[in-house]
Amino acid sequence: MPHKTFFWFIFPSLAAMFLFIAMPIVSVAFQSLFIEHEQVLIEVENCGPFGCETETIIDNDATAAIREAEPLGRFNGLGTYFDRGHLATSEIGEAWSTRESLGAFVSEVMNLPFYRALAFTLTYTFVCTPLIILLGLAIALGVNALPKMFKGPTIFVSLLPMIITPLIGSLILFWMIDAEGVIGKTLQVLFDDPDLSLKASPALTWITLIVYGVWSSAPFAFVVFYAGLQTVPEDTLEAAMVDGASRWERVRYVVVPYLMPLVVFITLIQLMDNFRVFEPIVGFSASANATSLSYIIFADLRGDIARFNSAAATSILTIIGVAILLTPVLIRTWRDFNRKRT
Amino acid sequence: MNFFKTTAASAAIVLMGSTAYADCGIASGNVNILGNEFGAIQALVAGAKECASSTVTIESNLTTEHRDIQVAALTANPAQYTSAIVANSSIVPLLNEGLIRPLDDLIAKYGAGIKDTQKITIDGKVMAIAFMANAQHLYVRQDILDAAGLEVPSSYEEVIAAGQAIRDAGLMEHPFAMNSKTGWNLGEEFVNMYTGTGASFFKPGTAEPAINNESGILALNTLKALADLSNPDFLTFDSNATGAIWEAGDVAIAQLWGSRASGILDDEGSTEEVTSNTVLAAAPTVGGGDTPASTLWWDGFTIAANISDEDAEATFIAMVNGIRPEVITANNDAAVWLADGFTPGPAATGVFATASAGARPYPMIPFMGLMHSALGDELSDFLQGGESAEQALADIEAAYTAAAKEQGFLQ
Repeated sequence: MPHKTFFWFIFPSLAAMFLFIAMPIVSVAFQSLFIEHEQVLIEVENCGPFGCETETIIDNDATAAIREAEPLGRFNGLGTYFDRGHLATSEIGEAWSTRESLGAFVSEVMNLPFYRALAFTLTYTFVCTPLIILLGLAIALGVNALPKMFKGPTIFVSLLPMIITPLIGSLILFWMIDAEGVIGKTLQVLFDDPDLSLKASPALTWITLIVYGVWSSAPFAFVVFYAGLQTVPEDTLEAAMVDGASRWERVRYVVVPYLMPLVVFITLIQLMDNFRVFEPIVGFSASANATSLSYIIFADLRGDIARFNSAAATSILTIIGVAILLTPVLIRTWRDFNRKRT
Repeated sequence: MNFFKTTAASAAIVLMGSTAYADCGIASGNVNILGNEFGAIQALVAGAKECASSTVTIESNLTTEHRDIQVAALTANPAQYTSAIVANSSIVPLLNEGLIRPLDDLIAKYGAGIKDTQKITIDGKVMAIAFMANAQHLYVRQDILDAAGLEVPSSYEEVIAAGQAIRDAGLMEHPFAMNSKTGWNLGEEFVNMYTGTGASFFKPGTAEPAINNESGILALNTLKALADLSNPDFLTFDSNATGAIWEAGDVAIAQLWGSRASGILDDEGSTEEVTSNTVLAAAPTVGGGDTPASTLWWDGFTIAANISDEDAEATFIAMVNGIRPEVITANNDAAVWLADGFTPGPAATGVFATASAGARPYPMIPFMGLMHSALGDELSDFLQGGESAEQALADIEAAYTAAAKEQGFLQ
């Protein structure tokens, strides 16, 4: 394709990407460098149904004047990135220099909101992603081996977890795992422990969220693998059978290598998706035991005072996190691409 | 507590007078109301909507998410909503940004029926009209207390002892409940408990936190003892959950919102055994203090600053029409109303008892919201036994300080 044609061909996508992806990211990155103006506070008498009190309020006129002069706020550089709510460099330095043992240092780091969230986010990502791929492949192989008349209904049922909105899916499960719910009560009977609660301990909450994550995302991997299975060359499979390969050996040495590009694709998508884990934490009311980077952003933007700058800094850190996670996979893809070209 | 004394007398006056409100007297204008969603506010908005005519449009958006959209919606010029229904805490961001207008001239023209106790006056200017009061207070099951041979507790020390006695008697394994969901609810429990000690959240005249002290430790240890008497899932319990647990008869003592009372006392969703034995009492004291460990809340309406004077006038008249005595008499049990027309019923006894015992209002301070968020996020670790009270308080102060610096309250 001549360069000019190619340019016009790709121009609409480029323009859309610039407007809807690049611009917002630049704007968020820019915001994260600023913090609110110094507030001008005055003490006044406030009265209401419960009597009068002397309380502090913001002097609106004085604040408006400052805001007029510098509408973006005060420039804070990377200050927000290194404060206690984010990378907390000084707190970590302090914890390191006064550490009594490595364990105590780790527990002090885990006491900081950003690292607590990062710990769960990474655990979730690295446990869920391989399980989703394995489970998705297993379901695809199973469905592919079914007689034709059962395939349609089985595919429909297997896709249900993905069709249900994540928030609704997690809410339904949240009620089912309640101590009074179907799953919760059954587990109590099975383990013979009347106090067993999946919501109470951090470890069980993490397991619940990870199980939910695998349950809700496995259908995606299944659909992709199932589509891929339809294109596995029959000849190679038959040749393997003639050579006396068992079903397992055919899967291991013919099907999986053939589906490898799809594995890379699903890994990419799932790493990104799982790193942004959010809905199940809200649905399972799990924020006491598990928070994620996305959840911190959400928490910053809610409540009486929205902390835009803090949320902006966490967003940029999340983007950097995704980039770091994807780099090895992308490098691998790039090498494969170059190898095939030469 | 001036409004509680006058309420009975004013209720009598209302019953004698009869006012015709066929026409609200609005020439024209647009009214759009943003507010929380519960029975009392729905009644108010329905009353306001009676003013709609061919020249007056009245719309509303009642949602539990109102706090998250109000600042953005009222910042627009003209504002998306002409009135925001707020409480002690949610009025603060609107005041911080100067998004609501003083109501003194509107009250002079159209607000003859508004009592002085309803006027939320800030620096001499009326910024909101309060219409109802709310507070968390104690709900107890008389039959369970009788079975364990206990009196209705008046302090948290007695609540803990009573809970332990109920557990030891084998009546209930988890006899206590409170709104302890991580986040805003849990923060509110600490605010209540800490307020009961009489200590201040901030160093006087500054935005510097001052909770890392003996009162803070007392509040935390009391909460921990209560959490140990609660269902292990307590960190997921919001007001809906605790209300359901109470109606299911699973707990004997609970600290719940007063606004839940009419729902709990009615004959829906529960058994005769639970409703007939539910007693509402004042919030308990803590650590030998003499004021209840609870905060008083009001709900009131404000008028946006970024709207035309015509719309502001129309909104004010419509809102006043929404809290006229007829509306309040017809919805008497939906809330503890502050306006004329209210006859305190059984559902109001807990809030009344808490207010008359001298509970303090929730502080209306610009940086209180940041403190509340820090409390809600940092407390769950301590309540699960993961860290010491001192560490938890230090964490809260550190989280608050980081947020307050970013918002320009601290340097």
